[in-house]
Amino acid sequence: MKLTVWTYEGPPHVGAMRVATGMKGLHYVLHAPQGDTYADLLFTMIERRDHRPPVTYTTFQARDLGSDTAGLFKKACQDAYDRFRPEAIIVGASCTAELIQDDPGGLAETMGLPIPVIPLELPSYQRKENFGADETFFQIVRHLARPMERTARVSCNLLGPTALGFRHRDDVAEITNLLYELGIEVNVTAPMGATPSDIARMGQAHFNVLLYPETGEQAARYCERTFGQPYTKVVPIGTGATHDFIAEVRALSGSDAPLDTNRLRQTWWSASVDSTYLTGKRVFIFGDGSHVLTAARIARDEMGFEVAGMGCYNREFARPVRALARAYGLEALITDDYLEVERTVEALQPEMILGTQMERHIGKRLGIPCAVISAPVHVQDFPARYSPQMGFEGANVIFDTWVHPLVMGLEEHLLHMFREDFEFNDAAGPSHHGGHAPAVRLHPEPASAAAQAHMDHADREQPVAGGEVIWLDRAERELKKIPFFVRGKARRNTESYAAERGLREISLDTLYEAKAHFAR
Amino acid sequence: MTEQTPPPPTTGCRTAPVLKQRGQREVFCGLTGIIWLHRKIQDAFFLVVGSRTCAHLLQSAAGVMIFAEPRFGTAILEESDLAGLNDAHAELDRTVEQLLARRPDIRQLFLVGSCPSEVIKLDLSRAAERLTQQFAPKVRVLEYSGSGIETTFTQGEDACLAAMVPVLPSSDTRELLVVGALPDVVEDQMLGLLADLGVGPVRVLPAHRIDDEVGIGPNTVFALTQPFLGETHAALERRGARHIAAPFPFGEEGTTAWLAAIAAAFDVPEETFTRVTEAPRRRARAAIAQAAAPLRNKSVFFFPDSQLEVPLARFLTRECAMSAVEVGMPYIHDAIHGPDLDLLPQGPQISEGQDVDLQLDRCRAARPDLTVCGLGLANPLEAEGLSTKWAIELVFTPVHFYEQAGDLASLFARPLRRKAILSPRVEAAE
Repeated sequence: MKLTVWTYEGPPHVGAMRVATGMKGLHYVLHAPQGDTYADLLFTMIERRDHRPPVTYTTFQARDLGSDTAGLFKKACQDAYDRFRPEAIIVGASCTAELIQDDPGGLAETMGLPIPVIPLELPSYQRKENFGADETFFQIVRHLARPMERTARVSCNLLGPTALGFRHRDDVAEITNLLYELGIEVNVTAPMGATPSDIARMGQAHFNVLLYPETGEQAARYCERTFGQPYTKVVPIGTGATHDFIAEVRALSGSDAPLDTNRLRQTWWSASVDSTYLTGKRVFIFGDGSHVLTAARIARDEMGFEVAGMGCYNREFARPVRALARAYGLEALITDDYLEVERTVEALQPEMILGTQMERHIGKRLGIPCAVISAPVHVQDFPARYSPQMGFEGANVIFDTWVHPLVMGLEEHLLHMFREDFEFNDAAGPSHHGGHAPAVRLHPEPASAAAQAHMDHADREQPVAGGEVIWLDRAERELKKIPFFVRGKARRNTESYAAERGLREISLDTLYEAKAHFAR
Repeated sequence: MTEQTPPPPTTGCRTAPVLKQRGQREVFCGLTGIIWLHRKIQDAFFLVVGSRTCAHLLQSAAGVMIFAEPRFGTAILEESDLAGLNDAHAELDRTVEQLLARRPDIRQLFLVGSCPSEVIKLDLSRAAERLTQQFAPKVRVLEYSGSGIETTFTQGEDACLAAMVPVLPSSDTRELLVVGALPDVVEDQMLGLLADLGVGPVRVLPAHRIDDEVGIGPNTVFALTQPFLGETHAALERRGARHIAAPFPFGEEGTTAWLAAIAAAFDVPEETFTRVTEAPRRRARAAIAQAAAPLRNKSVFFFPDSQLEVPLARFLTRECAMSAVEVGMPYIHDAIHGPDLDLLPQGPQISEGQDVDLQLDRCRAARPDLTVCGLGLANPLEAEGLSTKWAIELVFTPVHFYEQAGDLASLFARPLRRKAILSPRVEAAE
């Protein structure tokens, strides 16, 4: 048993729904109790889809358990076929139905439906959402894709985009355009937008572009093995990665078509004088493996930040994330425990978090600005405007997104100067971004004396490291004069300076000695 | 009754034939009640013993992370827990210890059963007894089921309150117990009205804190503020308390009828009742008249969702001059819904349970002016050109009693007003 407050990934059948909902002409018959239909609203509300997910739930109830739930499944399956006439059906069980062991795959296969029926084995008590999507897409490709003659012109498939994906909609458009400029046609984009018959002709492509390893890697490997289609390894998020991706595509396709990079503003924006304030800002990066790997490179090499920590929630990507973290001189945090991430951020006191909606929340509590780089998604991650993460436009979008939560160039200095101004001061936060007021109370409602004591500790802006070093009054007051967006760093540096020297107390002198010591 | 409200129909819908179809349902499960209960009962923590799906549901239903530190969480069952039940109990004890160490302010802990915990027959009542002994007197541990195989959406609150009834102390005092979680502002208005009527002492269930709880016994009379409290109703009657049957306090008419039933039980003089209710009734009627203008002579179709459908259909048809096409309820409880069904004029199809595809077919055929449904259906129906009202807002927004009657009408009017604002411009642009 694992105590969970918030969770990064849903269950594996939600991953399967992301595949089914992204596709057309496919239907998912899901053996599940009535409460599981909540998943529909992820698509209709968070993603604002204008149609219901193509999912039929058996919605069994307690009174059905003693009787014929298998019969209920077969009826739901037949009704779904009769009503929706899909080209293919995927069948599976959610966590509760898995326990009653009806074997939906076997049952559906005996029904003699005149279309392909693809059984899914998604172990709910071991695996999670990304696995569910990856495995479902792989099974669909394995059942439907056939070897075919290659297209006359060089073409590729785009693999991995799903419904409810973080900016998948716009990434696909951006990369499709990029490939078009390189003279390469997109044969099939899947699962998003593909029909089962599109999947059948995936073998026509010369190679595959794997956009999202989390949801498409098994299928990409299968196509490489079965159809001899190599696939791209670089995820084109960030300027450097996009250039590497283009080089990889040129090597796979032989394309030497010139590319127009006029639209790429990120590099000049980063180099422009206003961006000096970004230098060495300490960032903590957390999200899904692929987005974290690409974000780390952008943060250090394209924005000039210092990566203070990184990690991912999907254990499948632990290995590359650990390796990259080591290359950055860090130890990666691999966990799906929201509370552990929070403790790490609290200890690190970064100046910015690049994270998910969860970290945005952690940041709000700790008074640390946060930009969202990865799923899990929120309604805010489906903006009306065009907003890719991939390609050159994606690099531009990322620059804006990451810079926005920070106090900007001149403003940083003005805040210093007008610290006493009644409406323009550090407690008010960045003037352009009313969002993050520093240090919110941790537990809003006191209840008992014990809780009160707990809160008093938690209410301090940052905890004293190890509880051993004591801030003397004057030093503490001086610390408060430092603007909030560097205060965390100053506190942390001073404490580590004191700890290294075996000092038990921090005086005003210690504060300034530490400042001199860390001066760059 | 007043001039503005039509006289009760000669035949209401209480005996109307009910359409029962079973098939795919499009409802939340009872776990979602936790979203409002954990804010209402301020020293409680709700620990769902369930799967990753349960955790994901709570997160999604909470609009993805509204609260920094919610007082709910999930003990996610893992493969090892499914192997042997002894293991699962030891694991649960460990998880609860961990939780209570993290949150020393918690006085009441609800173990909430889910679909998987029920299918594997994890005995949470035994666990609750064991844990109560371990943590008493500081923490009381109770259990109830919010599972999707047992409960729908608001039934979770019912199961939670019903679980609290047996542990309330006994009392012989004649008291009014008002049952059902209400937004604090509404609860205060209600207590104000009852105090002005001279009804008292008045207690509420759920209380904000465990120390505010009161006794119960044969002299207790109780009124429900929410129409989904069937189990709690039964549990209170088992303790000897007596139910005051009444329409639910939605709109001017419902609120007056609800208060009148209580006033009768407490022998409140006629003139007191008139004096106390006259001004708020007038305000409520005026507010409704203004807010409900876009609703006049429009049709409404209810998908089953929150159990509020019958009282709301009564409000919309009688006080806002709408016509109901279909009123779907997850389940119908005659003792609780009867008074509202009596007032609902015959005409609409009353349905219980759901086969969502068939119900969607009926809805599309009827093309109602307004469809009240859950979040899974709202955008798809909007895309088909139907105006929808999210049922969920009716549970989370203050809608009870006089001062909210106008707000309640405007919740339904807003989708129609919005459509009226937007469509001419969109069409002009096309």
